[in-house]
Amino acid sequence: MKDRAADFLEFDREAQVYRISPEQAVRDDVEKHYWRHVGVTILKDWRLYIMLVPMLLVFLFWRYFPMYELLGCFKVSDDVVPVSQQLFSGFSYFRRLLAGGDQLSTDFWRALRNTFILSFYGLCFGFPIPIILALFFNEIRSNAARSVYQVLTYLPKFMSTVVMTSLVTMLVKQGSLTTGMGIINQALSNLGLISGEVANAGLLNNPSFFRSIYQISGIWEGAGYDSIVFFAAIIAISPTSYEAAQIDGADKWAQMRYVVLPSILSTIVIMLITRIGSLLNIGYEKVLLLYNTNTYVTADVVSTLANRVGMGNNPQPGVAAAAEMMNNVIGMLLVIGANTIARKASNTSLY
Amino acid sequence: MKRKLEISELIFKIISYTLLTVFALCCLYPFVYAVSASLSGRAAVEYGSVVLFPKDVQFDAFARMFGDNMFWNAYSNTLFLTLYGTLWSMLTAILGAYALSKRRLLFRKFFNFFLVFTMWFSAGIVPQYLNYLATRDVFRVFGIQDDKWLVVIAMGMAAMNIILLRNAFEGVPSEIEEAAIVDGASEFQVLSTVYIPMSKSTIATVALFFAISRWNGYFWARQMISNSNEHPLQVFIRLRLEQYTDPEIIAGWSETFASDSVIYALIVCSIVPILIIYPFIQKYFAKGVNVGGVKE
Repeated sequence: MKDRAADFLEFDREAQVYRISPEQAVRDDVEKHYWRHVGVTILKDWRLYIMLVPMLLVFLFWRYFPMYELLGCFKVSDDVVPVSQQLFSGFSYFRRLLAGGDQLSTDFWRALRNTFILSFYGLCFGFPIPIILALFFNEIRSNAARSVYQVLTYLPKFMSTVVMTSLVTMLVKQGSLTTGMGIINQALSNLGLISGEVANAGLLNNPSFFRSIYQISGIWEGAGYDSIVFFAAIIAISPTSYEAAQIDGADKWAQMRYVVLPSILSTIVIMLITRIGSLLNIGYEKVLLLYNTNTYVTADVVSTLANRVGMGNNPQPGVAAAAEMMNNVIGMLLVIGANTIARKASNTSLY
Repeated sequence: MKRKLEISELIFKIISYTLLTVFALCCLYPFVYAVSASLSGRAAVEYGSVVLFPKDVQFDAFARMFGDNMFWNAYSNTLFLTLYGTLWSMLTAILGAYALSKRRLLFRKFFNFFLVFTMWFSAGIVPQYLNYLATRDVFRVFGIQDDKWLVVIAMGMAAMNIILLRNAFEGVPSEIEEAAIVDGASEFQVLSTVYIPMSKSTIATVALFFAISRWNGYFWARQMISNSNEHPLQVFIRLRLEQYTDPEIIAGWSETFASDSVIYALIVCSIVPILIIYPFIQKYFAKGVNVGGVKE
């Protein structure tokens, strides 16, 4: 308490009284004429603030204005009238989606379930594989050999989503033995894993294969690249840690368990947070490029449903906005939740 | 004890090499197959006898594609979008990140939050689409009829990239900046002669991220660019894929090469330029992964 008093009071020896210190007088002045001080500071330093303007405008126009459009989910939608002039209609679109009892509501629940399932499978299969790959990379002592393996596994990451999905589409495409069916269905049917009719119809036209194709192509595309960050964490481990463990008689598994894993745990946590944060942020572009009317049952996610409802023929932007609103709010809660838990548990957080 | 260690190490090594080899071959195979299928004769592709190497080699599928004006058009549109898009994104991102890296900036916390919030919450496709339609009208009013410029200016801003740049600028020692100011450098000179040269590798990484997202951009380019002469390569590939896998087209196909070969040739042609520059950009690509904005 005394320290804080000394901060803004000053002892006047002649008059034997405490007076307000000059620093505090300036602070008081700033507080009294706050906005004038802001203006003066900005004018004095105007170049710095000018630099900020283009970035702020871009974010305002193409990130925040859409959020304003999103408010259309609470309004009575009418394409001609801007959002600001529409009537407030409360939660009617949400009620329609959640308990409408019609086709749209069924589709929405299906899309929500698919979104969760696709991202949950991605978390189960897509997340551990890069870590395992990084452990394997660490085993290769020769730098040249490791570079070859790394270049080969990063390679698919350099394709765009369109090229990747085109390649996948071609590899599993429909056809007969004389009109060029995809090489993968041909191989699977030769191995007896799928029947001839299924192979002829094409795997992308079969709802029961969509999830596997989505996940496998995701691993093919991203696992090598995602392993970079874990590999960087593993090679940062000091060799003395391994030596100490070896002297204590730890075999390879024990070294993994007690040396490597604890050392890369914080990296794993951070990557997990990012992953959970984007759990509902399914790459709609990839789904859009891979799905078709035959596979809506397993492939349709909230973004693609909103895309069809809000941008197709006979658009209903209000309903679409309501669907995306729910998706995004759940997504944001997941990010913040994951981040908070991680901060509490391990003092590692992303934001 | 020593023996146990050696055995477990050996087992792990064998497993590592085997699985890595299998995985690497799986990664590579689709590309090899695409090249072979684009070069093989019609019968070989349609009867599925191409497995690894091309059979009855022909170059007509490539010739057909290179003879297509739309293909070159699409390529030049992609180069346009990538070049101008990356320049615009870098300009706004460097200026903004520089300002954000200054502790004396007022409302710094608010501006940071303004950026980071867009990483948590995005409006979604449909509101963005409605917003693009509205901004397109505004652009028309200002006389910009060309949808390409709207895509250049409106797309591809990523908060994460700006935060990467901001962190790099914060790492520049303030003594050097003070020395430059004493020598009479203005704000812009400090940025261009001190900050940019001192964070070259982060700038290269971020530029690479922007360029890749521009090069790969598909969805919004397809939605926003109505004139098919202005479509970038990604949209062109997709439209051709939809066209050449159409059963009617396949039924009426009378060329010496399979319709699939054209698609594979297109895929190969879109990957080759990236493979050529890959060795030069690889180190920046790997570097950028080390998560920016992490606070421990």
